[in-house]
Amino acid sequence: MKPAPSRSRKRLGGNLWRYLIIRFLLIFPTIFILVTLVFVLMRTTGDPITAALGDRLSADQLAERIAAAGYDRPIFVQYFEYLGQVFTGDFGTTLSDNRPVIEVLFVYGAATLELAFYALVVAFAVGVPLGMVAAYFRDKVPDAFLRVFAIIFYAVPVYFAGMLMKLVFSVWLKVLPVSGRGTTNTELEMQLLEGKTGIYLWDALRIGDPGILGDVLSHAVLPGLTLGLLTAGIFLRLVRTNVIGTLATDYVDAARSRGVSEYQLVRKHAYRPALIPIITVMGLQIALLLGGAVLTETTFEWKGLGFQLTEYLQARDFVAVQGIVVLLAVIVAVTNFIVDVIAVLIDPRVRY
Amino acid sequence: MSDVLQIRNLDVSFATDAGAVKAVDQVSLTVAPREVLAIVGESGSGKTVTAKTILGLLPETATRAGAILLRSRDGKSENDIATVTKDQLRRIRGADVSMVFQEPSAALNPVLTIGWQIAAGLRAHDPALKRKDARAQAVEILTKVGIPDPESRVDYYPHQFSGGQKQRIVIAMALVLNPGLIVADEPTTALDVTVQAEILDLLRRCRDEFGASIVLITHNMGVVADLADRVAVMYQGRVVEEAAALTLFAHPQNDYTKKLLAAVPRIGQRIEAAERKAPADTDAEPVVRAEKLRIAYPGRLGRPDFVAVDGVDFTIAPGEVVGLVGESGSGKTTIGRAIAGLTTVTGGSLTVLGTEMNGVKERRFRPLRSSIGFVFQDPGSSFNPLLTIAECVAEPLKVHRKSMDQRAVTQRVGELLEAVQLPKAFGSRYPHELSGGQRQRASLARALALDPALLIADEPTSALDVSVQARVLELFAELQKELGFAALFISHDLAVVDILSDKIAVLYRGKLIEEGTGAEVLGAPKDPYTQRLLASLPVPDPVAQAERRRVLADLRYTEPTA
Amino acid sequence: MVTITQTTTQGPGPARKQGRWRRLPVVHQLHQSVGIQRGMLVAGLVLTALFVLAAIFAPLIAPYGFSQLRDEDGAFGAQQPPSPEHLFGTTVGGYDVLSRVIWGTQTGLGVIVVAVLLSIFAGVALGLVSGYFGGWLDRVLVVICDAIYAFPTLLLAIVMSIAISGGQSSLWGGILAAAISITVVFIPQYFRVIRAETVRIKSEAYVESAKVVGTSNLRIMFRHVLRNATRTLPLIFTLNASEAILTLAGLGFLGFGIEPTSAAEWGVDLKAALSDVSSGIWWTSIPPGLAILLTVLGVTLVGESLNDLADPRLRGRRAVSAASGTVAETSVVPGGTLSAGPGGLAGLENEGRP
Repeated sequence: MKPAPSRSRKRLGGNLWRYLIIRFLLIFPTIFILVTLVFVLMRTTGDPITAALGDRLSADQLAERIAAAGYDRPIFVQYFEYLGQVFTGDFGTTLSDNRPVIEVLFVYGAATLELAFYALVVAFAVGVPLGMVAAYFRDKVPDAFLRVFAIIFYAVPVYFAGMLMKLVFSVWLKVLPVSGRGTTNTELEMQLLEGKTGIYLWDALRIGDPGILGDVLSHAVLPGLTLGLLTAGIFLRLVRTNVIGTLATDYVDAARSRGVSEYQLVRKHAYRPALIPIITVMGLQIALLLGGAVLTETTFEWKGLGFQLTEYLQARDFVAVQGIVVLLAVIVAVTNFIVDVIAVLIDPRVRY
Repeated sequence: MSDVLQIRNLDVSFATDAGAVKAVDQVSLTVAPREVLAIVGESGSGKTVTAKTILGLLPETATRAGAILLRSRDGKSENDIATVTKDQLRRIRGADVSMVFQEPSAALNPVLTIGWQIAAGLRAHDPALKRKDARAQAVEILTKVGIPDPESRVDYYPHQFSGGQKQRIVIAMALVLNPGLIVADEPTTALDVTVQAEILDLLRRCRDEFGASIVLITHNMGVVADLADRVAVMYQGRVVEEAAALTLFAHPQNDYTKKLLAAVPRIGQRIEAAERKAPADTDAEPVVRAEKLRIAYPGRLGRPDFVAVDGVDFTIAPGEVVGLVGESGSGKTTIGRAIAGLTTVTGGSLTVLGTEMNGVKERRFRPLRSSIGFVFQDPGSSFNPLLTIAECVAEPLKVHRKSMDQRAVTQRVGELLEAVQLPKAFGSRYPHELSGGQRQRASLARALALDPALLIADEPTSALDVSVQARVLELFAELQKELGFAALFISHDLAVVDILSDKIAVLYRGKLIEEGTGAEVLGAPKDPYTQRLLASLPVPDPVAQAERRRVLADLRYTEPTA
Repeated sequence: MVTITQTTTQGPGPARKQGRWRRLPVVHQLHQSVGIQRGMLVAGLVLTALFVLAAIFAPLIAPYGFSQLRDEDGAFGAQQPPSPEHLFGTTVGGYDVLSRVIWGTQTGLGVIVVAVLLSIFAGVALGLVSGYFGGWLDRVLVVICDAIYAFPTLLLAIVMSIAISGGQSSLWGGILAAAISITVVFIPQYFRVIRAETVRIKSEAYVESAKVVGTSNLRIMFRHVLRNATRTLPLIFTLNASEAILTLAGLGFLGFGIEPTSAAEWGVDLKAALSDVSSGIWWTSIPPGLAILLTVLGVTLVGESLNDLADPRLRGRRAVSAASGTVAETSVVPGGTLSAGPGGLAGLENEGRP
């Protein structure tokens, strides 16, 4: 059991690379499974054209459109063709407004990214410190208070929270805008901006008009808070449980026996080891965040992927729906990869 | 009298799921400067709770009464741990009293470097201390506890050290602020016996070179004999006897102490075995024959395989008891599991009851399973918690004697329980309602249910208290004599193996390095590792132990660590 | 792990019977809990009980039917503010808000029962087989379930409901579609938990000892593994029940719900109320929203409490006075006496050890 230090270090490095590569390769089966699942499920009820236009076109016209789009071929042929298309980044063309799905993804993806960013800022700023506070005051009044807060934010449907916020801050107090990402004027400026990213905060900073920046930010407050607090509640629970778990370990007791203060115990000795499981689980919350984003966007008419998804769902435009869902699957798979890598990098034990 | 520590009339109670439990009952103890006080007792005696109370480390579910007076090293201040404020307590911890924990890998924070952890303790007492100076102090103390190359290793993480080195680091952390008192809670229990000897030496240096007093909590009488100046024996939360170490071992007064000392297994205690000794039928086909046995666990993700057992030869004759000894990682458990068909043999040959195990199919081996019994190490998990003891013991009968009706099964289970000296009524109890020793006996009953030709016992007593262990070993010997099964007895404890075995095999890192009768292997060991293993085993006699220590020191001098 | 901590001295008789009653999930934990934890558990149980009672007695409590637009006094009218006739007013579609909130409990309960039952059976069976036998089947199932697990549940439920009903919603078909959609989402969760437990239990000494004896795989799986692996189910059940409600309402909110004429569903009502909010009409959104909140809150509180109580590190205990309690005996007496059991002294001595 006596390790030769220099050699063991080198070996650990090798293992790390092997882990990273294998973990990276695992993204592909994940995406493949989800693409297949979505494809199979969406096609069990028939072709997208009948679903979208079945009640508007005659049988002949329908058959013609179906044949033109190739939906009359065997399902396996279509499946492999779709796989090939997805692989090359071609997600098809929407049926309701006839746009390439990939363009829809880029235009609206930016908005969703921006919303997710605000939400994560709120979630980290609120959830992590409060989780540590709750662990520190475990089973005392602040803890009870924070836990109820966390559970309520988990239990409240995000759209209901959004509606309440709207009701209070926009309708009754009239301090914040009801919906959208900016006033008409802002939207116009954004459209005119050259080399726009679609991330309004970034674009507003580039325009450099404080009025527009303020407008963008005021529109972001409610959706960001709504989605952010939901996620914050989850982070709070996560941090609390894991920090309490590490506080009960021998090594924290050992540090305590050397006279380390309770504050430092939570802040340094318990938090660091707790961070590894926290980060891993946070990766899984990305899925929840995306699901929440769909609902939040619909509530606040925040024109992102989620909002667009509901629009396409109403229109029964399943080509578009399939494209968006597959894209989200890719995002989830990639984020989980990144999160796993971070978790491994901050863990000095690197067991892989 | 300037005692470092005075405990007066200490009472501690815990809130448990089963209601209030009193753990410590009116305990009074003192520790003089440069004295090693050993608190000895079996599980549940309250010794660990007493130790934790000294540092004010009791969980919130505990309540206590009484006084714990702790004097600082310079004698300037004396505090009652029971009454000090939280902040005072924090300042006392580490500076006036510190602790060494049982499990070194659990006592070190896995994601922080050891240097950082040592420095955190230093800076907690001196916030003005510079990072560089803290580091220098960390390096210095690591040097003193014998960590090689401390300048670079101070930045290592705990997992980069071996178990013994980890315990050295834990001791370094306890020493770094030069406290007057060190509380060591089972400091060597989690370590192999050869490492244990080194750590005991280090603790002795803590007293001799650093001038610290030590409260040593242990259940191991050998460790007590090795290190302690004075001994307090605890039983059921009370101190039942307190005396100087020499006096206590020579003339124990209390009945419990006497019983405890008598129960400690000693080498050369083979009374039972000598009587039992059936004429070993060496001509008969052996029950187990291993030839160049090799067992490897496949490595994960393309790493090389881990070879647990490497080219081992041995046989077990019918009715013979073979003891397999080795430290952790020696492959002894793997061999036992391979014989029982729980682990796949990857090379060489292993014949069990006439069947070749290398490449055997479960279907072919299954009928033979009725002739093999297995007793597992952990009495806590060897029974399905949802079944009664009777149901568990009846399991082999239900599988292999399908023709037996319920009444016959019940009767047989009753007989078996009686054979292992458990009341029949225990059959209707659930496993958690039995003590560890009782469960281990029930486990023996289950293993013997089908009257096996071979019994494998994997560390059957290592989770038990010493007095319980003695009873289980005795029972094992009696049953073996009566039923005449062959047995493979696996243990890390030389003395335990010696009590039962006709033949002893010593394993070291997957290789069999010495084999022979108890008298041969333990009386005149040939292999240097066996010699070291034997010399490292502390005996419960302070005088003899001092002599053994010298022998071991010589061995180490001539035979550097393998 | 929940360890049963009744100590042993009770013989057969009434005392023992009480012990068994206390071993039941929830009852046992209620008995075990103290302070804030007990408060949370009781609050959760009360809210959950209210939800179930409302679902059972909806026809008696609700003033009107869920799709009723008029009574003998004529039509209710749309978006009427609260009044004695309509305690929470009426919706944009002209339904009575209170009635729809009450009837909504039935839909919710129906979906929970169907979804959780289906997913428990499928998930437990898959997890058990996969975890016990391992091999390539196990690896494939793990990759598939991990992929699904990481995916947003709501999106998957949408895709599922498109597949099941083409996005259309009918009477019981709507409930069933929602339930099956949620089931597919939940199977991986049960699978993961049961598989992990199975893998852990598989290496426990009692399973190995059954293997040494030669017990058949089927017998080991059912007699030893299954019952021990399913101990955590009440906990996952509560967590999933709350997620089922949220997913159902989410589907409704996105337009994949059940038609208002088929059944009452809170998410659908919230979707209809979304535009009301901008004009300051609060009574159409707050009651159904609160209904979701309280239901999920109740079930989650129960689940959280069970979780805490199952984990000795998170479990609080009553404080005792120093002089109280009896000293547990150690086993020096020939034959050994009974130790204090898992929660007793041996447990304390071991506390903090891995």
